[in-house]
Amino acid sequence: MRQALTLVNRLGGLWLLVGLAAVLVLPWYKLPPPDTGGGASLLGSALTEALAGRWWLLPPVLAMLAFAGLRLGRGERWPAHAAVPWLAGAAAILYLGQAFGIGLRGPAIDGIAQAMPAAALGQPGLGVGGFALGIALTGIIADSLAMRGFCRGERFAANAVIFVITLLTLFVFFPILRLGSAALFTPDGVFQPGLFVTRFTAPDLWGLDCLVGDRKCGVVINTLILGILSGLCSTALGLALALIVARTGFRFKGALRAISILPIITPPFVVGVAIIVLFGRTGVVTGWLDLLFDIPRTRWVYGLPGILLAQVLAFAPITFLVLLGTVEAINPTLEEASKTLGAKPFATFRTVTWPLLRPGLAAAFLLAFIESLADFGNPIVLGGGYDVLSIRIFFAVVGARYDLGNAAVLAIILLTLTLSAFWLQTRWLGKKSYVTVTGKSDAGLSAPLPDPLKAAVYLAVIPWILFTLGVYAIVVIGGFVTDVARFDLAPTLRHLSTAFAFEFGQFGLQLYGSAWDSLQTTVLVSAIAAPLTTAIGILTAYLIARQNFAGKGAFEFGTMLSFAIPGTVVGVSYVAAFNVPPVDITGTMAILVICFMFRNMPVGMRAGIAALSQIDRSMEEASQTMGANGFATLRTVVLPLIRPAIFTSMVYAFVTAMTAVSAVIFLVSARHNMATAYIMGRVENGEYPLAIAYSAVLMIIMIVCIAIIQLLVGRRQLGRRSEMHKPPAALPAE
Amino acid sequence: MTETAIEFVDVVKRYGSVTAVDRISFSIRRGELVTFLGPSGCGKTTSLRLIAGLELPSEGTVRIAGQDVSTRAAAERNVGMVFQSYALFPHMTVIDNVAYGPTIRGGDKKAAAERGMEILAMLGLEGLGKRLPSELSGGQQQRVAVARAIVQQPDVLLFDEPLSNVDAKLRRRVREEIRDLQRRFNLTAVYVTHDQEEALAVSDRIVVMNQGRIAQIGTPRELYNSPSSRFVADFIGDANLIEGQFEGTSFVAGDLALTLPGGPGNGPATISVRPEQIALAAAPQGSATVTNAIYLGSRYEYLVETAYGPLLVSAPITSAPLASGDRVDVEIRPDGFTLLES
Repeated sequence: MRQALTLVNRLGGLWLLVGLAAVLVLPWYKLPPPDTGGGASLLGSALTEALAGRWWLLPPVLAMLAFAGLRLGRGERWPAHAAVPWLAGAAAILYLGQAFGIGLRGPAIDGIAQAMPAAALGQPGLGVGGFALGIALTGIIADSLAMRGFCRGERFAANAVIFVITLLTLFVFFPILRLGSAALFTPDGVFQPGLFVTRFTAPDLWGLDCLVGDRKCGVVINTLILGILSGLCSTALGLALALIVARTGFRFKGALRAISILPIITPPFVVGVAIIVLFGRTGVVTGWLDLLFDIPRTRWVYGLPGILLAQVLAFAPITFLVLLGTVEAINPTLEEASKTLGAKPFATFRTVTWPLLRPGLAAAFLLAFIESLADFGNPIVLGGGYDVLSIRIFFAVVGARYDLGNAAVLAIILLTLTLSAFWLQTRWLGKKSYVTVTGKSDAGLSAPLPDPLKAAVYLAVIPWILFTLGVYAIVVIGGFVTDVARFDLAPTLRHLSTAFAFEFGQFGLQLYGSAWDSLQTTVLVSAIAAPLTTAIGILTAYLIARQNFAGKGAFEFGTMLSFAIPGTVVGVSYVAAFNVPPVDITGTMAILVICFMFRNMPVGMRAGIAALSQIDRSMEEASQTMGANGFATLRTVVLPLIRPAIFTSMVYAFVTAMTAVSAVIFLVSARHNMATAYIMGRVENGEYPLAIAYSAVLMIIMIVCIAIIQLLVGRRQLGRRSEMHKPPAALPAE
Repeated sequence: MTETAIEFVDVVKRYGSVTAVDRISFSIRRGELVTFLGPSGCGKTTSLRLIAGLELPSEGTVRIAGQDVSTRAAAERNVGMVFQSYALFPHMTVIDNVAYGPTIRGGDKKAAAERGMEILAMLGLEGLGKRLPSELSGGQQQRVAVARAIVQQPDVLLFDEPLSNVDAKLRRRVREEIRDLQRRFNLTAVYVTHDQEEALAVSDRIVVMNQGRIAQIGTPRELYNSPSSRFVADFIGDANLIEGQFEGTSFVAGDLALTLPGGPGNGPATISVRPEQIALAAAPQGSATVTNAIYLGSRYEYLVETAYGPLLVSAPITSAPLASGDRVDVEIRPDGFTLLES
């Protein structure tokens, strides 16, 4: 492999070869070409298409030939030539210009068609060749910058920076911009900027009627009410859990921590379904209450109460983890000091502990608030008539009244709300944290909770535990009994066989179940997405933690921003951006993988940054002075040392891809359906046992896969560790 | 092959608005050990990193072995570097560490390991190849770091404050090892330190840096005996700076008059006198007074109040001891002072 790499370098570098192949050999357009009305065959490369009349494809061809000429004249360091960045930049601009200027139905500006008649025929989306050229140009620009001293002359780092920026631009910012412009068009595609105002001020968005009368509020107000309530309740419950674990002698702390992991691997909808099964009009608990106490059966669970219940169940573990960190970081000596000064337990809690908790509480609240705004699975199952933004966006795109413009306006509102909360959160965390971490071991014991507070905390947590157990009991048994909703508990494999029937026949293994397709796609997409997500997340972490380059501040800000975009908004924006040329990839598996990559990379990135901050930089510098380029350094020095971060990122990326719904629901197609979309269909049809059975299967798969990833990624680390008498200080703490 | 191993021409390194290295030029001959000496933040480490390729210059040219490497990354240069923290890879054995360079450059793995074993043996580390760095003592770790840096026969070997992690007692031995090694392998070496004694002890030549500029370049003896500026005089060893006037071919300050070898000058001037270039003689009618007498075991140190200001004087332990309050005559040896650039 090393020889192959050396050979590629001799020939002028990978990018030159890719670029030449892109313009001379590979088919430029997406295959199979849609019929664009005769004219030239669209199976050709850029060169043949250009000669056949599509003259706008000529600049990339000429640029690549010029680079090849430079390689022959200048030797291996040809990108150092002064003309290369200009030439590559100009080629890139003309390449983007033609891609966006000439659409499926012809040019955006009429003048182009007069100059180049073939343009009137339009062109389909980019294919292998088109994308390869974009990659090659990006790489050549990065190489030429590196040879001018960008990233300290490190070619790998320069390429990584330029590629990550390009990818973030294409898959995060460009879709959002497309979405923004979609808000200005009518459903028929007519440009009408005034429409934005009409859509934005629609009365069903901002109405406040529910506060005064008994009519419904606007969807934005609904969303905000839900977000605030959900944030408050989740924070309160999270605090109660954190206080129990950190400040009481509660015996089942380990179990509590374990329970708190559950929601992460729980597929969406299933909690909502379980709540319906428990508390719906024909629900189990409702039935008992009717029987025992004559409490009439109602549909109270559909709407705000039900969504709130489900969200608090899902988000309390998140706020718990945030607040546990805060509670544990409070130096007990501060509370002891308060007591020696004569404060009673409750006064100490009120005047010392509580103010120290406040920043953590704010952070936890905002986190739950953001999650609530972005939540799609619970409102769609439990919403009833209670409309929130994510649901409204979904039905604007998927429903009968396809109206991308309207969806765009709603998505922009949702995005603005989320980004505002996100902005507040970073401000709070940045400035108001009094966390007292000193590195010294804290002498003294934490103050036990004052009695009334302890009672309140138990009062909050015990119902939550019972509720969680109830919900997961439904999940565990619901798929394997005849009808859990009617309390018919006769064991059966009927639901499982509907979904996953198979048979060893004369044609080998045959899969009959209706869920096999979606399960295969889901596992495949998740398995492809997990390493890619980890790769880009860790790479970005490496760039942010280790490289200094012009524009790094903006780069960091951009990656931060991409965290905050709700899944529904991502979904709609992908529909807006990738349904039409030049990047026409909807309906493919690639768009699912890409969507997961850019949505889940933040976790890998954060884990990577944390791990890298524990590692002495001079080890990488040592590697470089010994002749290892950036990639070799990453592979042989950095990655082995941050293996735990890689594991975290892989597991998270895999699990999230298995359970994601909000963005994916817009991107699935008949050919590539995902498990969550399939489950949603079953829930909508009221086939609860089937949905529950499928969810249980998914959870088992996830647990097994986590174990396997742990074995694959973790083993060598453990082996090395056991050989050591004492671990070197440079290894990150686990 | 050229005699010049490293050459800087008008090299500038800026970080945003901060100029870390401000237009410096120098050259280093093959087989020479040159030290960058200066207070923290003077640009010495940045200069070292510019040689290594871990930083690229904002302006100017860096040449190694006659080649312009100004835009070459570290991996494309042939340098060896010993880091302050040694930077041994904790997840690799000693031999893997030492063979890392040859292996990663595409060499044969077995040959690389054999070459590594040889170097380890030369440095007295035979038998430790299979251990992890964390199982070695600090001194052994440093020798592994050196072995790793020289295994590829680099154009230049760089040391970034190599003694800062070594016990004070061991420092003398380790720096002698380094010097011995550099001579034995005839290596061109660049050494960064903020410790002037260390610099005097190991260097062929010293580059004294201050605020991103070169204050003076010279052999240890030149720098000590004839510092060109107040900064250098003060930074290397102890110096008495006496301010006075030119009078014809003499330098005059208070009741002091010294004949200048360099010919007549004009206006105010400053000279630097080393404490051991001053002789004190007890004299009841002397013009100066001892204000403090310190016994240091190997010598005496006196603070003397004179008509031209306080003087620090170092006297051999064999001389007659003086006490605080004694009146003395002060004599500066005729070639024991330097006129500083104003």
